[in-house]
Amino acid sequence: MTTTAPVPPTPPVSAADVPPVALAGADGGRATRVRRPHRRDGAAPAPDRGLLSPGDWRRPGVRRGWTTMHVILLVLLVITCVGPILLLAKFAVTPTQDILRSPLALFPNGVAWGNLAEAWNDVQVSRYFLNTVWVAAGSWFVQVLVATTGGYVLSVLRPRYARALFAVVLATLFVPAVVLLVPLYLTVLDVPVLHVSLVNTFWGVWLPAGASAFNVVLVQRFFDSLPREVFEAARVDGAGPFRLFWSVVLPMSRPIIGVVSVFAVIASWKDFLWPMLVLRDPDMQPLSVRLPSLQGSTDMGVLMAALAISTIIPILLFLVFQRMFLRGAGLGGAVKG
Amino acid sequence: MTTTDAPVGRPRRRSPATWVRRGGLSSLVFALPLVLVFGLFAVLPIVRAVVMSFQRTNLVVTSWVGWENFQHVFADPLLPVAIRNTGWFALLALVFGYPVPLLAAVLMREVRRLRGLYSALAYLPVVVPPVVAVLLWKFFYDARPAGVFNTILGWVGIGPLPWLQSMTWAMPSLVLQATWAAAGGTVIIYLAALTGVPAELYDAAEVDGASIWRKIWHVTLPQLRGVLLITFILQIIGTAQVFLEPYLFTGGGPANATVSVLLLIYRYAFGNSLGGDYGEATALSLLLAVFLAVLSVVYFRLTRRWSTS
Repeated sequence: MTTTAPVPPTPPVSAADVPPVALAGADGGRATRVRRPHRRDGAAPAPDRGLLSPGDWRRPGVRRGWTTMHVILLVLLVITCVGPILLLAKFAVTPTQDILRSPLALFPNGVAWGNLAEAWNDVQVSRYFLNTVWVAAGSWFVQVLVATTGGYVLSVLRPRYARALFAVVLATLFVPAVVLLVPLYLTVLDVPVLHVSLVNTFWGVWLPAGASAFNVVLVQRFFDSLPREVFEAARVDGAGPFRLFWSVVLPMSRPIIGVVSVFAVIASWKDFLWPMLVLRDPDMQPLSVRLPSLQGSTDMGVLMAALAISTIIPILLFLVFQRMFLRGAGLGGAVKG
Repeated sequence: MTTTDAPVGRPRRRSPATWVRRGGLSSLVFALPLVLVFGLFAVLPIVRAVVMSFQRTNLVVTSWVGWENFQHVFADPLLPVAIRNTGWFALLALVFGYPVPLLAAVLMREVRRLRGLYSALAYLPVVVPPVVAVLLWKFFYDARPAGVFNTILGWVGIGPLPWLQSMTWAMPSLVLQATWAAAGGTVIIYLAALTGVPAELYDAAEVDGASIWRKIWHVTLPQLRGVLLITFILQIIGTAQVFLEPYLFTGGGPANATVSVLLLIYRYAFGNSLGGDYGEATALSLLLAVFLAVLSVVYFRLTRRWSTS
């Protein structure tokens, strides 16, 4: 795996397109801010300097010392970060007996490709996999819908109640989502006004996912940075609010929608507690919820195959959208740039 | 389109027709998803959390009980255990997870070729779904001498360790896995902050004849002060809500050595198949929420200050 290969020719979000956003929040531990745009995460050597000056690098002692440290760091990173994942890949195709008896031996009794097929078909990982995709797709859609329309109202349309609305949204940012577990569960159990239960429906996962103040604020800040003249020109040309939204604002905000999308899909793929509470029916459960219950009843080899299958999509997404991921992660340190 | 549908002929002030014509209706349509989703799934549950913590409910009959839920929570002998465990988890997570990413990031900042490879490698564990990571590590922690970690320790003549089965080792084992899963994110945050350190500061330090160590001490670390404080608070906020690791690794055992506050809340509400004690669960949630909200406010104020100065 090299870093240069997986970067798409035109990254969906270019760092320079993302305006400096400085916000922060405790939205389930996620918090963010966009720093001054940098294009440092690529493999290209940075044009500027860091701690060591070119003069430092010319001193043989310094160069040898730091190069050694870099090699050691690389080896450690490979062992600690990639090692467990490689082991998982190995276990996925190792006979159960070998996994239990000599986990680190390299296929003493051959390769068991059957683990994968058994997990996919007999343990119905295929079904849970599709559930996971479905949960992620819906959560993504609801989050993008709420964030873009909400951001549009708060930033562009600005009706009189926009300020109050924004204050409420911002206030929810300070309430840790996970602490609302029980009241949210009771809400989903019996939705007020409608009096329907969303338990055992995908809506029960999708709709609460949309209530992410973090997304709304992120998008709203982005819309704030778009040039007002474009909106005015569109209005003069006779575009109403819907057309302005669909044909002007949305196409201009592809970078921020990309960021929100990556966050949404990954968060949904990782989520465990909430889907476990809402999706009680095993046939509807996503992988993350289903895997722990497979532990007891499944062969170790097959379980490992199921774990490996669950990991493939996020890792592929990461390899393809590496820049976006790393930039998103870099948003986390919310200080002045 | 809404605006053209409205009767345009009568320009009366503040009439519904004017309101529609000026885009009031379309604003409302656009606000609808936000209002509905946040109203039902954010604001209402928050209000409900406060109300419910003073109630007892079995979902059919609800009655007001005053401070009783809180009294029960404080009387629970498991609460101090859970708080101590969560604090211990947070402390260990700081010891394991605070210096290592910083050191790694400072080293990585100076990598001249393939820096992207380093970042990608460091970030890889963050991408692994947490449930997968926990179940995989649970197998690594196999206490038999043939367990993965015990085999490796055996090579250097240590162990075998009991890992998750011992009251002493269970919590550090949880923290080790949690650190593995999260450290990459912290590294990337530090790396972003390090790239933001102005080169002039280093230049100036060199003019004054500063050595590499002095540059680290007098330029790099002071410049990272803000980010260090923020990752510190973020980590406290995150570890105070730790649930997945104790729930999946040990279920709170052995002998309640890994029961966390959130696991306790979960047990109050959902641990009993006969129907949960939602009142007590929300009461404890509320206490945790207040603690975390204070931290969030501190965090927000800090980021605000640093992003405007």
